[in-house]
Amino acid sequence: MREIRYREALREAMFEEMARDDRVFLMGEEVGHYQGAYKVSEGLLDQFGEKRVIDTPIAEAGFAGLGVGAAMVGLRPIIEFMTWNFSFVAFDQIVSNAAKVHAMSAGAIQVPIVFRGPNGAAKQVAAQHSHSCAPFYTNIPGLYVIQPSTPRDAKGLLKSAIRSNNPVVFLEGETLYGVKGEVPDEGVEELVPIGESRLARAGSDCTIVSWGRPYYTVLAAAEKLSAEGIECEVIDPRTLRPLDTSLMVQSVKKTNRCVIVHEHWPYGGPGAEIVDRIQREAFDYLDAPLERVTGLDVPMPYALNLEDSVLPTEERVIDAVKRVSYAK
Amino acid sequence: MAKIIGLPKLSPTMEEGTLVAWTKSEGDEVEVDDLLAEVETDKATMEFRSFDRGVLLKILVAEGETLEPDVPVAIIGKAGEDISDLLAQVASTPAPKSEPAPEAESAPEAEPVPASAPASERVLSSPLVRKLARERSIDLGVVEGSGPQGRIIKRDIESYSGAFRGSEGSSGQRPSPRIVKASSMRRTIARRLTESKQSVPHYYLTIDVDIAPLADAREAMNAQLEAKNEKVSLNDLIIKAAAMTLRRFPEVNASWMDKEIHYHQVVDVSVAVAIEDGLMTPVIRGADRKGVAEIAREVRELAARARDKRLQPEEMTNGTFSISNLGMFGIEEFSAVINPPEAAILAVGTIRDEPVVEGGAIVAARRMRFTMSCDHRVIDGATGAKFMAALKATIESPLAMLL
Repeated sequence: MREIRYREALREAMFEEMARDDRVFLMGEEVGHYQGAYKVSEGLLDQFGEKRVIDTPIAEAGFAGLGVGAAMVGLRPIIEFMTWNFSFVAFDQIVSNAAKVHAMSAGAIQVPIVFRGPNGAAKQVAAQHSHSCAPFYTNIPGLYVIQPSTPRDAKGLLKSAIRSNNPVVFLEGETLYGVKGEVPDEGVEELVPIGESRLARAGSDCTIVSWGRPYYTVLAAAEKLSAEGIECEVIDPRTLRPLDTSLMVQSVKKTNRCVIVHEHWPYGGPGAEIVDRIQREAFDYLDAPLERVTGLDVPMPYALNLEDSVLPTEERVIDAVKRVSYAK
Repeated sequence: MAKIIGLPKLSPTMEEGTLVAWTKSEGDEVEVDDLLAEVETDKATMEFRSFDRGVLLKILVAEGETLEPDVPVAIIGKAGEDISDLLAQVASTPAPKSEPAPEAESAPEAEPVPASAPASERVLSSPLVRKLARERSIDLGVVEGSGPQGRIIKRDIESYSGAFRGSEGSSGQRPSPRIVKASSMRRTIARRLTESKQSVPHYYLTIDVDIAPLADAREAMNAQLEAKNEKVSLNDLIIKAAAMTLRRFPEVNASWMDKEIHYHQVVDVSVAVAIEDGLMTPVIRGADRKGVAEIAREVRELAARARDKRLQPEEMTNGTFSISNLGMFGIEEFSAVINPPEAAILAVGTIRDEPVVEGGAIVAARRMRFTMSCDHRVIDGATGAKFMAALKATIESPLAMLL
């Protein structure tokens, strides 16, 4: 299988879906002539023209609302936020319109829209531009929330998201855009189903659930733990809502312990939701309290050394795994 | 002012008590020293008397509940007093835990002792361990926990159950046993006897005696006592014989107290009495100085109260030597577990009618075997053997007891 970058995988997904269905269009800041702030939409304007690759003013509430309206009348918009931090000014469009119309119209109106863009901390963009937005959007019934960690999942899930008739919040990662990984060859279509977690690493001693940027921190920590004789099983939920806990529960029944590692703040959110579900569904199999390694509960500092210590580190993951394993 | 009444500590070793029955009802007047309830402790059913005067405003625990000392059981105050604050306080206060009390033998205390520092009695274990324990019928009380705060974790129960997994072998689906919570008496027996066997170096001396002279003496005595409607048993005579022999062997009537040996000035013989679901050891004080008839009366009276669990703690503590008799079950001989800090226990078997060779001829004889378990820290083999020989001589010549 070939290896491509996460951003290329996303571009391929949009390219293929736009070629497949002419109702699909991309709209956002700098997506066209500038070829995308992070070059995810590179080449799409040339291929599909200005009618389907639309540069917008800096007006998220406006173009997000425009997208919702377009979806309601039968188009399939992809709305790119330059980063998810800017989605806050469009929050009402996403929460009150995109997420609600299907239910409030008693199923008469569907909103097949994808909101996508980079999420989470990048590097020294400080408190206002480092939000991990999963907790905000996973709390909303009516939205799907997807956060792929690998290029393969990024492509397969974005294609599924574009084809979904539900509004989808698609959380990418600025630091992940350059990550390379195996993706099925061109011409081999793979749709990764929404709401299915994935076994990323097999192990018998401790289950770790992680996604997004910390997913790679976890894999590195798992290698170090393996050298010490602790084999971690790593599970990537991929979709945060609807959440698939079947693999996690199955794994915890085997390992009897679990650590959840995520970038978002510790208060609530998918991390806490996973803890809640596992303790209920695998209560009799737990040999230790579940632990979480999270982004620290503070606004992101600008200083690089502080930023590094706010984000989940390998050391914190290793410590947590050892605690739940009662290992020295 | 109404006050909360806690469960008093009714014996020095009481770690919990079962409130058997309330003798007062809500609304009853209570005088100081009035009987409030009966409480079953590890030792006996004890009287729980009021230290306060007033009206029993509220009963907080139902009959049959097992509680630790100081757990609120009632509220006493003036008739009609508002006790909602106290009720809220009871509801919000976790049950206090008692510190393990010292053994009665080493530190008898007459007064109820209030609990001081809390010591967790709850067995901490992970949910997985609780599930495994249910499936394998393992009593978590006996599993050592290696997790935080002694939490029992998976590897503890695996190393524990690994010990006997082999014997399950081919039996496959074994029906689960009937599980009964051990009574506080059973747990006391378990703890004390385990301690004894684990810490006291036992050895055993068995001797065979001609019991005919003592049996004859007993018949003669009972003929005398018939008019008074009294009787002595062979066991009463053995208690007397052993007590008199103990007086001559202070090394046997002694206790190992770590860095000291205590040679007791009194001969107080503990007599093992089987009762429903356990045993008790009422003590015959100064048995060497008491007449056999007096010993007989005391044994009868104490045994009856032991069976009713009505013995006071001081009536079954501080013995210096024990006698256990299983002869009535046809047991020829057995070795008993020492009741620390006593240094020895005499196990008495049944009477055997059997032929013996006497002066080259086979004659009918009545024999009995005694086995003494000795604490080697106090009693050396030769000393124990001399004691047994002396006991044999006393039993075979009952008239010597009169000297």
